[in-house]
Amino acid sequence: MAELLLIEALRYTWPGQSRPVLDIRRLELARGEKVFLFGPSGSGKSTLLAAIGGLIRPDSGRMLFGDQDLAALRGARRDRFRAEHLGVIFQQFNLLPWLDVRANVMLPCRFSRPRARRAGNVRAAAEHLLQAMDLEPGLWNRRADQLSVGQQQRVAAARALIGRPALILADEPTSALDSDRRQSFLDLLFAQVQAADSTLLFVSHDRELAARFDRSLDLTEINAAGVSA
Amino acid sequence: MNLLGLAWRSLLNRRFAVILTVCTIALSIGLLVLVEQLRSEVRTGFYRSVSGVDLIVGARTSPVQLLLYSVFGIGDATNDISWETFEQLKVLPQVDWAIPMALGDSFRGFRVMGTSRDFFEHYRFGNRESLALARGEIFDDLFDVVIGAQVARQLGYELGDRIVLAHGTGRVALQAHDDHPFTISGILAPTGTPVDQQLYISLAAHRAIHIGWETGVQRPGSTIDPDAARDRADELRPNAITALLLGLNTRAAVFDLQRVINRYRPEALTAIMPGITLQQLWRITGLAEQVLRVVAALVVLAGLLGMLTVLLTTLSERRREMAILRANGARPWQISSLLVFEAGLIAAGGIVLGVVLALVVQSAAAPWLLANYGLHVGLSWPEPWQLGVLGIIFLAALLIALVPAFMAYRRTLSDGMQVKT
Repeated sequence: MAELLLIEALRYTWPGQSRPVLDIRRLELARGEKVFLFGPSGSGKSTLLAAIGGLIRPDSGRMLFGDQDLAALRGARRDRFRAEHLGVIFQQFNLLPWLDVRANVMLPCRFSRPRARRAGNVRAAAEHLLQAMDLEPGLWNRRADQLSVGQQQRVAAARALIGRPALILADEPTSALDSDRRQSFLDLLFAQVQAADSTLLFVSHDRELAARFDRSLDLTEINAAGVSA
Repeated sequence: MNLLGLAWRSLLNRRFAVILTVCTIALSIGLLVLVEQLRSEVRTGFYRSVSGVDLIVGARTSPVQLLLYSVFGIGDATNDISWETFEQLKVLPQVDWAIPMALGDSFRGFRVMGTSRDFFEHYRFGNRESLALARGEIFDDLFDVVIGAQVARQLGYELGDRIVLAHGTGRVALQAHDDHPFTISGILAPTGTPVDQQLYISLAAHRAIHIGWETGVQRPGSTIDPDAARDRADELRPNAITALLLGLNTRAAVFDLQRVINRYRPEALTAIMPGITLQQLWRITGLAEQVLRVVAALVVLAGLLGMLTVLLTTLSERRREMAILRANGARPWQISSLLVFEAGLIAAGGIVLGVVLALVVQSAAAPWLLANYGLHVGLSWPEPWQLGVLGIIFLAALLIALVPAFMAYRRTLSDGMQVKT
């Protein structure tokens, strides 16, 4: 499989702290790959996602995305990269409560024209994804905060997938769901990630899920900074 | 949906606080606009009332006081002018016409003016318009009265109705001229000036009803019988009048004549030019207007600070919202501009509502001003310079919003992808 993201010698220290929270020698993600990343609290999972998402800038190292080094990009370029190439799903609080479900899904296309172009008819693409994530049309015009947690997570997945971004970052998206819902959520997510030909970096501490992924990584092994908390 | 659309939806989500803020700003803008509108409308109203008069003459007093009691019915004269003086002044070569005004009586709160037919012929208001009768005619019988449009409307009087005038100008009639009832012979067309607020009788009638009242109260048995008065109508004339309005043959003579009258030997007189005296009046009221303006400006500032408070308090609540926007590709400046757009929408809403409020209050106050001061206050759109001020206030609101916008900018940079609490 072709390489999508290559991280080399990445170090990051939170401002005001003496020890780095990230010290990763090498991490590769291949195109279309579904990677499970686990590690205990404080092992630097969220920091790694923030670095890949371009919200923090590493102290040193490289993050190659194609021929672009994300670690070297300036703030505005990193923002543009995130808008164009990333979809994110969080554990909870994913949606803007005052927008309806469909508008929430369309949101990333508002901030990136290339992504909107890839989505084609943005509204139709959003509706298609909502349908694919098993959300009936009756819900589409509802305010996001009127949905159950499970429904909200599926809307968040649809939003992450709109415009077929190259990389989906999922930060414990299933931890608020019960076991049955977790499995069906993963079924739907995997199917759509495959359809979009995206790479999935799925962070969780629930190692039971690991078997369903192409590959699983233990952050404590690849992050030399170790557990800080 | 663009950023403005997002800002709008976000505002709708917090509509209660937002509506309150818009109302606060609307009240402050309303006050600001209203103060200016009423100020200019009241001034226009005053100028409309004296458009054709070159000089107003009264007993020696302050010019502003003379203007107020003679034309606007505000306050009372402290002294009179003798009839002889009136006779001498009206035949001066510079004088085209002279309107005598004998005040001191009232009818249910409205002033009664004893005058001559010259009043109906020469008095001008507004854009040099003449008085016109809506119905009836000027005095035919000695005890005929012509009433102003507002008097007729407010009290519901019609031609032929009989009324009894009261001695004195208070709202409550303590002593009535009930020996001499008057018949309404004419009703004037509305003018939007204090003319509408008065009743007009002839000088002879004014004299007739005051025979026996020389000491200020009626001496029992001393009054003249109405029919006897009618027989003597030609020789009846008041001993004194309150003021007189002069129209000159040429306006160039006005300064000379003013000097002549002010130095008039037989009697101490004051002659004023209405326009110049109004300027003096504006100088007196100007201070109060400035204070009102400053208060209005401070209230606007308070309104804008209220908006700032609302934006700042929601900033913490909306931290998560902003993180979501950021994770989905919004740049820090876009998140900042959301706050500026929100402030813009709130301020624009407040300004529009405020102007509407000012117009509503203006139209509600108009009847009151007309009823109490005979001032016709029209509905007027804010003038260009006022719209400019409103524009500046709008820009000020955007500038103020830069404070929370900057804070949001800093915060979105330091917050991670997700705010969990």
